[in-house]
Parts: sequence; C-alpha cells; structure tokens
Amino acid sequence: MKLKLKLPNPGLDERIPSHAELEKLELEEAGERPQWDNKAQYMLTCVGFCVGLGNVWRFPYLCQSHGGGAFMIPFLILLVLEGIPLLHLEFAIGQRLRKGSVGVWRSINPYLVGVGIASMLVSFMVGMYYNTIIAWVLWYFFNSFQDPLPWSQCPVNENRTGFVSECEDSSPVDYFWYRKTLNTTPVIEDSGGLQWWIVLCLFCAWTLLWVCCLRGIETTGKAVYVTSTLPYLVLTIFLIRGLTLKGSVSGIKFLFTPDLDELLNPSTWLDAGAQVFYSFSLAFGGLISFSSYNSVHNNCEQDAVIISIINGLTSIYAAIVIYSIIGFRATERFDDCLNGNILTLMNTFDLPEGNITESSYDGFLQHLNSTVPAVFQDLQLKTCDMQTFLSQGVEGTGLAFIVFTEAITKMPISPLWSVLFFIMLFCLGLSTMFGSVEGVVVPLQDLNILPKRWPKEVYTGLVCLVSFGLAIIFAQGSGEYWLALFDGFAGSIPLLIIAFCEMMAVAYIYGIDRFNDDIKFMIGHKPNFFWQATWRLVSPLIVLLIFLFYFVTTVSKELTYIAWDPQSENFPTLETKSYPDWIYAIIFILSGVPALVIPAVALYKLIRNRCCAKEEKHKAAEQLYSISDKIQIPDELDRASRSLH
Amino acid sequence: MLAGVLLLIFLPPLVAKDLCKDSQDGFKVRLSIKTGLGDDAYEWNESEMFLFRSTLAYAMRKHSNQDTYTIDNILVCNDTQRVSFVFVVTSTDDPDQLIPKEQVELAVRQNKHRINNAFLLSDMTLEFMGIPPTLSAPIIYDTEPWLIVFGVVIGAVAVGIVALLMSTVSKKRRAKEKAAGLSEEDEGIVKENGTALSSLGRKEGVYNQAFSNDDRFTKL
Repeated sequence: MKLKLKLPNPGLDERIPSHAELEKLELEEAGERPQWDNKAQYMLTCVGFCVGLGNVWRFPYLCQSHGGGAFMIPFLILLVLEGIPLLHLEFAIGQRLRKGSVGVWRSINPYLVGVGIASMLVSFMVGMYYNTIIAWVLWYFFNSFQDPLPWSQCPVNENRTGFVSECEDSSPVDYFWYRKTLNTTPVIEDSGGLQWWIVLCLFCAWTLLWVCCLRGIETTGKAVYVTSTLPYLVLTIFLIRGLTLKGSVSGIKFLFTPDLDELLNPSTWLDAGAQVFYSFSLAFGGLISFSSYNSVHNNCEQDAVIISIINGLTSIYAAIVIYSIIGFRATERFDDCLNGNILTLMNTFDLPEGNITESSYDGFLQHLNSTVPAVFQDLQLKTCDMQTFLSQGVEGTGLAFIVFTEAITKMPISPLWSVLFFIMLFCLGLSTMFGSVEGVVVPLQDLNILPKRWPKEVYTGLVCLVSFGLAIIFAQGSGEYWLALFDGFAGSIPLLIIAFCEMMAVAYIYGIDRFNDDIKFMIGHKPNFFWQATWRLVSPLIVLLIFLFYFVTTVSKELTYIAWDPQSENFPTLETKSYPDWIYAIIFILSGVPALVIPAVALYKLIRNRCCAKEEKHKAAEQLYSISDKIQIPDELDRASRSLH
Repeated sequence: MLAGVLLLIFLPPLVAKDLCKDSQDGFKVRLSIKTGLGDDAYEWNESEMFLFRSTLAYAMRKHSNQDTYTIDNILVCNDTQRVSFVFVVTSTDDPDQLIPKEQVELAVRQNKHRINNAFLLSDMTLEFMGIPPTLSAPIIYDTEPWLIVFGVVIGAVAVGIVALLMSTVSKKRRAKEKAAGLSEEDEGIVKENGTALSSLGRKEGVYNQAFSNDDRFTKL
C-alpha cells in the first residue's frame, strides 16, 4: 500500500507479549488476571457501560431540537464513522495487550503513560459527579413509596390559608426538586451548608457501588445481569403505559417530525458527533480494561458492531418512550390551561356550565372580542399553546426530576410508575459507574502507587471512600451548580483529547501494520478498508473537529450558569448568572489538568531518561560479566514459578 | 285600606331584597356542579336552594350556639345561570339587621366540610368568594417513609458487604491451607491423625484399605 507513517518506537517487542506467548497464556489460563465467566457477562457489562443516563435524557432532547426525524441522519452517519471504529480500536488494543489503560499505553510507549493517567483522572472526576446524580435518583426512589407522592402537591403554609409562596409561583415538582431535594442557594458562591439527606443518599449510592464492584468483574459480572437488563424491561412497560395515555402519539409525532433544514446547520452535526462520542463512554479506559479480560481469540470486531447497534437502538427506543410520556403531559397541561380559561370566562359572564366546550372555545373568544373588547382585555386569559408545552425543559435533570415526575403524578397508581422509573434510572447509572470505577482502580493498580499485596477489595473501597468524601461538595446547597460545572468541563474536552491521542498512538506509534496483524491473529482476518480509513483518517478528523468547535465556543463566550432564584424578577424562569472569577481556576483544574498530564508525563520521562541514561551506561558496563545477562528467562516461566510459592 | 294591606304583604320581600342586594355583609357563592360531578350532576332548582339556605342556617346555629336561626334568616339574591348568587344572614332578634361579615365567615369556615358534603361538592366546586378554604393539614408521619426505605436498602447493602468479605477471607484461608497441605506432601510424611487443617489440603484423602466398598463382587 502507500507509504504508511509510523513513528520510531524502539523496544516495543520487549514490552508486549508476542503472539506465541498469547497462545500459551490462552492454553494455560493464567489465573492471575480476572476473566469473564461467559460472553454474556462481557456483553452486558459493555452495553451497560455505554447505555447510560445520556441515552434517556440527552438524545431525545437533541433529536427533538435538531429537526426530529432528520437528526437520525447525522446521528447514524457519525455512529458508523466515529463510534464503531473507536469502539473496535479500544476493544482490540485491550484484548491484544491484556492490560488496563495505563498498562496498554505504557506497553506501546512509556512516554504515553500520560494518556492512561489522564483517562484515570477523567474517570475519577466523572464518576464523582455521576454518582451524585444516582444519589438524587435514590432520593426520589426512596420518596416514591408514599401516596400521594410528595411532589404532587404544594405544602401548606403555617396558618393553612394557602400554599407556600415559592411553590405557588412555580409548581409542586419544581419546588420539590429545588427546595426539598437540593435546597438550592441563589448563587454558586453561597454554599448553603450540607444537606444531610443528600449526604445519606450519597453514602447509600457509594456503598451500593462498592458492594457491586467489591471484587472487580467477579462481582460486577453478576450485578450486570440485573442492571443492564432491567432498564429495557421498564422502558417497555412505560411504552405500553404511555401509548395508552391520551396525547402520547402527539409527543411521538413532535419528536420525529423531520425538519431537513436542520441538516444544513453545522451545530446539528457537531451535537450528533458529540452525542455519539460521549454515549459510547470512550476514552475512559474502562472499555480497554473490560476487553483485556477476554480470551485472545474473541471476535472484538463483531462485539464492537453489536454494541454500537444496541446503543443506537436503545437511544431511539428511549426517545420514543420519553416523548410518548411528554406528549401525555403536554396534552394534560394544555387541557388544564384551556379549562382554566373556560372557567374564567364562565365566571366573568355568569354563563351556565357546559356552555363553552373545548371545541367552541375559539369561536366564543372571537365573539367576545368583537362584542366586549374592553372586558376581554382585562380578563388576562393564558395562552395555551401545545407546541410550547411539548418543548418545555426536556433534557438532563430537568427531564427526569421535573417533567417526567409531573407526568407520573397525572397517571393512576403514581407511586408504582415512580418506583419503576427511578429504578430504571438507577440501573442505567450504576452500570455506567462500573466502567468508571474499573477505569480508576485498574490504572491505580498498574501505577504501583499503593502496595501490590493489598487485595482488590481495599482498592475499590479506597476509591469509593475518596470519591464519596470529595463528592460531599455536591451535597451543599450550591451542589447542583457545581455538578453542572463538572458536567460541562470535566468530561467534555479532556475526553476528546484523550481519544485523539489514543487513535494517533495506535495508528502511528504502535503502527497500523502491527495492529492489523494483531487483529488477524486474534479474529482470523485482517480488518478491511473501512477500518483502515476510519482509524487513520476519518475518526481522528471528526474528533479533532468536535474538539476545536468545543474549545472555541467555550473560550470565546462568557461562562454562565442557570440558577434558581426565588427573589429574581423572572421567577420561576431560571436566571442566567455569570460565574465568579475564581471559577476559572476550578475549570482549569477540571479540563486542563487531565489534558496537560499527557505532555507533562512524557516530558518528565524524557528528563528522567536523559539524566539517568549516563548512570545506566556505567552500570551496564559493570554487569557484563554476570551470567544473568547472557541467559534470558522468559517472563511467564518466571511468573509461574512465583505463583507456586 | 287595601293599599295598606298590599303594602304590608309585599314590603318584607322587597325590603329583604334590598337588604341582600345592597349589603356589604353578603357573600357571593358559586357552584360548579357539572365540573364536580360530571354525569352524576343534579339540576339546580328551588329545592336545592332550600337545602343551601337550611345548611347555612345550620352553620349559623352551630357557630353562635343559638337554636333560633331558621331558613328565613338566610336571604338570597342575584341568581344567575352560572349557578351563583349572593346571600346575607339576618339577625334572629331583628329581621332588618344583618349579621356582620366576619361572623358569617367564621361560621362558614367552621362548617365548610358539612356544607360541601351536603352538596357532594368540594372546596374547588363550591366557592364562597372571599372565604379562602382551610386547606387540609399536611400528613405528618412518625418516621418519614423515605427513611424507612433507606434503612432497608442500607441494611441489605451491609449484609451484602459482610457476606462478600467473609467469603473472600474464607477463600484466602482455604487457599493458604491448600498451600500448606501441598508443602507437607512434598516432605513425604502423611499424618493419619494429622490436624484437620492440613488434611483439607488434599481433596482425595487417604484410602483406607481396611474398609473397601466392593459391592460389585458381593451380589448374589
């Protein structure tokens, strides 16, 4: 083929096991490295890691806001060009080099250890805030075991003459979320103290995670049988429930109504690319780890395609379910609005009931406008627009904790639906956390920071404990603002950089020829032209474009956040406020440190090699006369003899 | 003479109407029967009005602890198709004097529940303009339900952690004994009455030839 660019990489063969050694490992079933009990566990774990909360509350919003059915086109194209190649790359390299993320990059080239460390840092920070969302889900889950649900009605004030004013102005679901759950402060600088109920839920979330991750994949492999399959069951139940409710079809229609003009908008393509990238949980290091526990001849190409398809289909399925429920809620709101207006009209003009129906409403309005326009103006009827209700605040935590919970209160037997919904969100989040913990624990073990003889339980326990301790910042009054900050900066830019470095490392430092041979050895055939083109050119280009777009937009605009401020003029609309200056330091730590670790570690290793190179030359000259230099003891024999003692 | 008699007959209702229409002490009432009851809605007629006046008289009786209030003390006017009207309450001692607004309000608030039930309506569908409904007291739990569920989950998690840790510890102990048992075999000494721990290391055990299980040869 054409001239393949490959950077010099001396000593690669010493660092990685050869094909012969891999075959031997396969036959001996080396007991040190954990293994999957069966293929199903592996697939379910990967599906669980990829399918997360984003599939439920980010994709449907993107779909609806970027031209409905038309959004499928950029999404599917980028799934094929960006998602599947990257997934296959991570699976293959993990399966071949049989190490976690730090081990893999160290094997390829010691200067690349920074990539593994960056993955570990990002996994740690994302895990911290992601589990806080799970803590919130748990809070709602615990509160679902009562009838009526606490967010279905406003609490009454002291003298029982009316409702609490904050709740009266907004809505019971808003009040329960912002006041009873988060107890938000108006600004991020205002800490508001620790909310003890959130601390309890956080503790519960982290201990639950620890019990599932206690022994690594031994325990998570069993847990995923439930956490990866239950969401699909609940989604199906909600689909059936949703389709029997009034107005659900209008929601689905709203979701999928294609607006092909959106395809000309570049931000549609960029959002689709970003969604595919983040949805696949790439560059966290977890997928590389999971894949390294497979047998050497596992068909990773097939796995990558299957998991990508499952992920894409789950997003679409979840979008249908979510929007059927949103359609129901919008219809209910519309009916309430209309009936409220009809009541006002009846009360003002003392008309008998049933005189104005929903169908005769418009005709009646026109009649009124022509006969008594003055009175009509004074009435201040609310505008009831179905489209507004359908497009209200439907992404992220707003979807789960405000819009969906409101829809649930309008269904019969609300506590049941609430319990089911929050169990589903919990399972979706927990299975993603398994990959996150894996992405932190395995690099920690590889880096040899802590004593090696400590059992896995201590490693996982330590990671959970430290994360819980740091996640206390999210249990403050201003916790939600901190979480939004982490969500925006800890997970976005560093991941793109890491993914780009991964692709460059495998294609040009490890060598695409060697990689092709490895895949041929593992699955039996060489990867075809599609994989070559995407790994070497198309996928890195897409990731680079997305990164540049994000970087430029973030740096150029003033950074703001939306706050719940009961004192603001536009209450209950959320107020946009700008961050204080010291936030920029925090943002730098979140985004900059993982990204800068990559060159920093390379530089550190370079300096260490240069200054220690001279000393090593002296030592090498002294040891020429010892026997051990002349006889090379192969690695596995060494390992085997060690395990016998 | 006749004029005088006629005046006497028609004066009270006229005066009554004036008392009701112009007064500051009246309350407007609005009923939304069809909204509240749907298909089971009843027709609003004179009998229903009679019931309303009697329930109000009852409310006044209960509030003032005087058994002298009758249906004639409740005057109604401004009837509309909406089913809304204004009422006033006259004093038992003097038919021309009205009970002040505050007293009536208190009487209605105390007995709203009974008035609602008489008409199968609720605070939303039977409105007294100017008298805000007393909202039901919030349900106070002894233990919040969420704490109970939290306790159950944490308990299950604690049991899980302890069970898993114990199984790890016992697995390690068994592995250590297995290793100890193997190293004893290397020395070539097999203890018959050896300690239980070391014999666990070997799965097969010791074959005792004194007792043999040769059933296949003893069949007749």
